[in-house]
Amino acid sequence: MSETILMGPADVRRALTRIAHEIVERNGGCEGLLFVGMRTRGAPLATRLASEIGAFEGAQIPIGALDISLYRDDIHHLQVQPVVHSTDIPVDVADRRVVLVDDVLFTGRSARAALDAIMDLGRPLSIQLAVLVDRGHRELPIRPDYVGRNIPTTRSQQVQVRLLEVDGRDEVALITPPEGQP
Amino acid sequence: MTISKELERQGTPAAGPAWRRRHVLDLDDFTAEELELALQTAAAMAQVLRREIPRVPTLRGRTIVTLFYEASTRTRVAFELAAKALSADVVSVTAQASSVSKGESLVDTARTLRATGADIIVIRHPSAGAPYLVAEHQEASVINAGDGWHAHPSQALLDLYTLRQHLQELRGRKVVIVGDILHSRVARSNVWGLTRAGARVVLCGPPTLLPWDLTAGATPSSSQPLDWMRLPPVEVEPDLDRAVEEADVVMALRLQGERQQTGLITSIADYIKHYQITAARLARAKPGALLMHPGPMNEGIEVAPEVARGPQSVVDEQVANGVAVRMALLYLVAGTQTRG
Repeated sequence: MSETILMGPADVRRALTRIAHEIVERNGGCEGLLFVGMRTRGAPLATRLASEIGAFEGAQIPIGALDISLYRDDIHHLQVQPVVHSTDIPVDVADRRVVLVDDVLFTGRSARAALDAIMDLGRPLSIQLAVLVDRGHRELPIRPDYVGRNIPTTRSQQVQVRLLEVDGRDEVALITPPEGQP
Repeated sequence: MTISKELERQGTPAAGPAWRRRHVLDLDDFTAEELELALQTAAAMAQVLRREIPRVPTLRGRTIVTLFYEASTRTRVAFELAAKALSADVVSVTAQASSVSKGESLVDTARTLRATGADIIVIRHPSAGAPYLVAEHQEASVINAGDGWHAHPSQALLDLYTLRQHLQELRGRKVVIVGDILHSRVARSNVWGLTRAGARVVLCGPPTLLPWDLTAGATPSSSQPLDWMRLPPVEVEPDLDRAVEEADVVMALRLQGERQQTGLITSIADYIKHYQITAARLARAKPGALLMHPGPMNEGIEVAPEVARGPQSVVDEQVANGVAVRMALLYLVAGTQTRG
């Protein structure tokens, strides 16, 4: 098992700053925006993006945290039921421009689950997707609107995003299993 | 693909408590962590129930059977609503106790249900231990919705959940359970749940309806651990005025009319005189102490009407929380019915 650090604290900060500007630019301001972080690590990322934008736009974008456990498509096949956490979205999603925030985009199945979870809460004006890392290997027709960094990977590799709020430091690691192991 | 990898793949941390309990038969062997996980899951389910359309797709394609050999309104309805909120298919089977002999035929019924695709069987039965028998003899998960005088784990869990909404920490809290303790599966399961959560439990009721081990020489004044049906250490105090002193919670139990016919209580009037939760008695507990009742309540017998509907009563909340707690149990045990 070998581990390579692909992004350090400064890289993570710059990527988020850029995404923050892109979101404001693409949406022509902050009107009606709602940031929804996917638990676990999307939630602190959503908070950071909102505070970045708060700093340069002076606007307060509402932030929420979404738990997708009840919407997963693999629930019949897991041997350990995922722990269900709360979904805390402080405002009605109806007529909002929702930006879903997650740490890693891989197969797209989590994003699919998140889309369903949001739709069950109401009818947003639009949903966009922001991720810190896109590692490829999509299994569904889902693409991100904002990407911190594209990281080419093989299927057997793991991308781990570590964040100050959860893991004590900011970094993105690529983990490669030893040869011959799935 | 390994489980942890699959979890990682979908971005959910594999860390944290894991639920491996296939059946929920009683709370007697629950760890504090399992109780915590069930309560935490129930809180997330309560969020779903507060939505405009209270339904999630989680258990789509799963079949949940409620098999009731005894009358029930709230437990059965709560389980069925819980199953529907999780998008499971629900089949309810009512069996007349008279048409079903014990032993094999109960097992056969359960086996048939499993063969027709039941993933989870929710069972209520007048005989203590019946759910254990069913759990042993077929593959579906079994949730005990009340067996004889033995256990009613989902009720005890919803009581814990309701208490936690009001008292953040149960450790060291004094909970008095009042009434027909001897015949109460609610009391028994609550004793397990409450003591595991760290509460101090006092049982109170007419001496004939308390689980004394009289042969061991216990007397009403000696408060000592009980050996009866393997209960964990609790206190016994037949004098209600004394029992409720400084209590954080007073839980009244339903009194069955037949207890009078069998001579276990002298009269309903006597019971009311000595064991009804009145405003005056509740005033002896801590200010703001909570009043609970598992229902159905004989208003005016176990609890005075003004107290039953008073500001300290959380009886309606107990009923409302029942669905969220059952959703949590169904969700958690469904995970043990892995496919493919």
